[in-house]
Amino acid sequence: MTTKKPAVAVYKFSSCDGCQLSILNMEDELLNLAEAIDIAFFLEATRAQKPGPYDIALVEGSITTPHEIERIREVRANAKVVIALGTCATAGGIQALRNFASAEEYAKVVYAHPEYLHYLQTATPIAEHIQVDMELWGCPVNKAQVIEVIVALLNNRRPNLPPHSVCLECKRRGTPCVIVDKGIPCIGPATQAGCGAICPAMGRGCYGCFGPARDVNTDAMANMLLKMERYPGETARLFRGISGYAPTFRTIVDEILPANEEAK
Amino acid sequence: MTAIAPETAKSHSGFLLEPHWAEITAITPEADGISTYWIRFTDPAEQEAFRFEPGQFNMLYLPGFGESAISISSNPQDHEKIGHTIRFVGNVTRAVSRLKVGDIVGLRGPFGTYWPMKEIEGKDIFIACGGIGLPPLRPALYHIIQNREKYGKVTLLYGARTSGDLMFPNEYAEWRKAGIDVEITVDRGDANWNGRVGVVPMWFYQFRIDSRKTAVLTCGPEIMIRFVIFEAMARRVPSESIYVSLERNMKCGQGSCGHCQMGPYFICKDGPVFRFDELQSFFNVEEF
Amino acid sequence: MPSDRLPDIGSTITIEKPAFNLLLSRLKEEGYLPIGPRIKNDSLIYEEIESLEDLPRGYSTEQKPGSFRLVREKHARYFDIIPGSHSWKQFLFPSRVELFTLRKNGKGWENTTQPAEIPSYAFIGVRACELAAIQIQDNIFMRSDFTDPIYRARRQRVFIVSVNCTHPAETCFCTSMGTGPRVKELFDLSLTELDDVFVLTVGSQLARRLMTGIPFDDASGYILTNVEHRLNHAEQQMRRRLDTSDLPELILEHLDHPYWNEIGKRCLSCASCTQVCPTCFCWDTQDEMSLDGKTAKRTRVWDSCFNPGYSHQAGGNTRPTIYSRYRQWMSHKFGTWKQQYGTLGCVGCGRCITWCPAEIDITEEIAALRNEVKR
Repeated sequence: MTTKKPAVAVYKFSSCDGCQLSILNMEDELLNLAEAIDIAFFLEATRAQKPGPYDIALVEGSITTPHEIERIREVRANAKVVIALGTCATAGGIQALRNFASAEEYAKVVYAHPEYLHYLQTATPIAEHIQVDMELWGCPVNKAQVIEVIVALLNNRRPNLPPHSVCLECKRRGTPCVIVDKGIPCIGPATQAGCGAICPAMGRGCYGCFGPARDVNTDAMANMLLKMERYPGETARLFRGISGYAPTFRTIVDEILPANEEAK
Repeated sequence: MTAIAPETAKSHSGFLLEPHWAEITAITPEADGISTYWIRFTDPAEQEAFRFEPGQFNMLYLPGFGESAISISSNPQDHEKIGHTIRFVGNVTRAVSRLKVGDIVGLRGPFGTYWPMKEIEGKDIFIACGGIGLPPLRPALYHIIQNREKYGKVTLLYGARTSGDLMFPNEYAEWRKAGIDVEITVDRGDANWNGRVGVVPMWFYQFRIDSRKTAVLTCGPEIMIRFVIFEAMARRVPSESIYVSLERNMKCGQGSCGHCQMGPYFICKDGPVFRFDELQSFFNVEEF
Repeated sequence: MPSDRLPDIGSTITIEKPAFNLLLSRLKEEGYLPIGPRIKNDSLIYEEIESLEDLPRGYSTEQKPGSFRLVREKHARYFDIIPGSHSWKQFLFPSRVELFTLRKNGKGWENTTQPAEIPSYAFIGVRACELAAIQIQDNIFMRSDFTDPIYRARRQRVFIVSVNCTHPAETCFCTSMGTGPRVKELFDLSLTELDDVFVLTVGSQLARRLMTGIPFDDASGYILTNVEHRLNHAEQQMRRRLDTSDLPELILEHLDHPYWNEIGKRCLSCASCTQVCPTCFCWDTQDEMSLDGKTAKRTRVWDSCFNPGYSHQAGGNTRPTIYSRYRQWMSHKFGTWKQQYGTLGCVGCGRCITWCPAEIDITEEIAALRNEVKR
């Protein structure tokens, strides 16, 4: 990608549009972004569409319907680089909670006529369906990280995304530890940094929306949190949130649930 | 409030890690994914003042990409240009692979300890190295050639994966002419190869060495280094006569950032070249 | 009490507590930014203070492995708290600082960094253990062969008001490390708080000069005895011990002991201990480039040997396991640090114990390793 601006397409699958809005919310950087890349397809931003193939596809959302399986394959066929954008795309998102229950039950509760729905039993990350070149976590994604990924692609390098926990980010910004100073359960020690540690800075625990950090000690995490539960099952709930379907967090909950059952 | 002028020579710029600029003057492809980049400081005074010892390294910097520690592979007596033989593996070095002659790079250095060319005068020298381990030793070879009478028997045992991966093959004849026994081996033979096949430590034991008066210099993949040292010790070469160049993720080059720590050392400052007895007590501790 | 008299350097005086505000104003007039402990959202932090009223008066702290609580007490003392997770290192070695910005200029790059204004900090309430930590970081950042310009510029301007510790926390073990609770050196003013007065020892010419016009008395024998008594009491109160008699050998000779694995099973590798540690100094650089490719920036940030990305290199990760990272940290603090800098890397402040969410206690781990080794 030397002289010609790369053509970028932004797609939405099952999601809340928040990650796309993060791009639109860039304000200062948005003009520079439009200078650096050719936004060829981005329905949330403009109805103008340029035909593919595209250099980069940014994909928001998870795969929850049979139709989406078809669509995501088309996206892959039509783009050189596919980036999964946000935790729906990387771990299934909050809708992946259905993976631990019965989708039919949920449908019956919510809809008057569930028979008209065409859905899959599970909500799954993009990488379970196609080859994904890069994953950017977050609910929503962090603006600076989106720019970093685009700059990295423009310059043909790997993006600098931190592999470490949120704790390091909290400490760098001088946020007192909510676990230690307040006794608030927080899964920051097991969560990938990149958000800027915004929740602990507001005095609440991290709930893992940036997904698991690298090399999480799942046993130690579970032990720490079980000790400080304010109500039974709190730890499992914390991990079974937005990134609940991420393998590391699933492992932790699998470790905890039998213990919870015993406690009952 | 005005900025206070820094005191020490090493922090000669007010900026921590501030690069000095150098221009790429030539690029020599060496093997698949490896080239030598010849550079000169853009400031002639800086180029004139630059001196290094065999085995030292520079931090090469590409704005927006970062820095990478690269050993100097050129002749220490050549004050016109500085050579870095670079394997394209990381973010920075892959970006280097896309640079052309005339492009500008940032440079800090030279850093670290060096091969003990003075201390080992009068000794036989056995150099055992593998793959990209030869470039940091090439300045030492040049030094030996220029001062051949000061050293006893000199052997270079060098191994690479295949014959196509061998560094500097065009120079072997010259080195031999200068009185260095150049012995080459490859891990895997092929149609182009009719020399030795097998890894460096495997051939090492076939050479006669006088353990009382031989200095062993080794650099290469850590696994090779470990076996070479094991083999050398088994043949009663004292650990004080074994010198090894190690690699860790050097970042600041000044023993300040902590990343390249190994035991009591920061490899960037206390290494990369060590006398083995300095490492012996913890060298075999796993993941240390 | 003539106001034109100045105390001698090395002398000990007393001032009425409200007079301390005069001292703070004096410091501000001299261009200093006073930083001290204050309560924010139920935590204790180090931040800019205006006056004595910003200090955590009437509080003490309760600390144990994995837990910190502020406790409202019946007393009216300002300095009875033991510091929170913040340490002075965040001012001398900022957690994030721009190194330089470059702008593309033809083929090359031009340094367009704006010189940063470096504040002159006045640290109010530095404990003996923290002074020892500053001394340790001085050795690291201002070595004879290399000086870090960022640290040095800040360090040179600091004015230090130290505080003698009279109420150690449960996690404190400075007596074991020989660093406290008594302040001995490196201060401009050393303060001990009694119920009705501040007892100050003058340590520098500047501190002496700042006392101009501030009413003081020479400390009486009774006051000095009282201070001594309180410090002795503080020493006796400190129950946590770390036996350093066999350090660093205990660690360096047992680097492959299976006990490291046992700690590794409990460690979250979250890096909190290294970040709250006032002596930990690891840093990393972050490189950024603008979207148009014309501006590049380098930033320095705190790093940690517990960061999974810390020891990555072309050949892979040197310390891929959590136990190896824990061993790196502990063997550095209580082992190789001594070989590098002549002292151990721990001052006994206890932060790594209090702020370990997994409640790992280094004093207990070292004792446990010792027991395991003896078996």
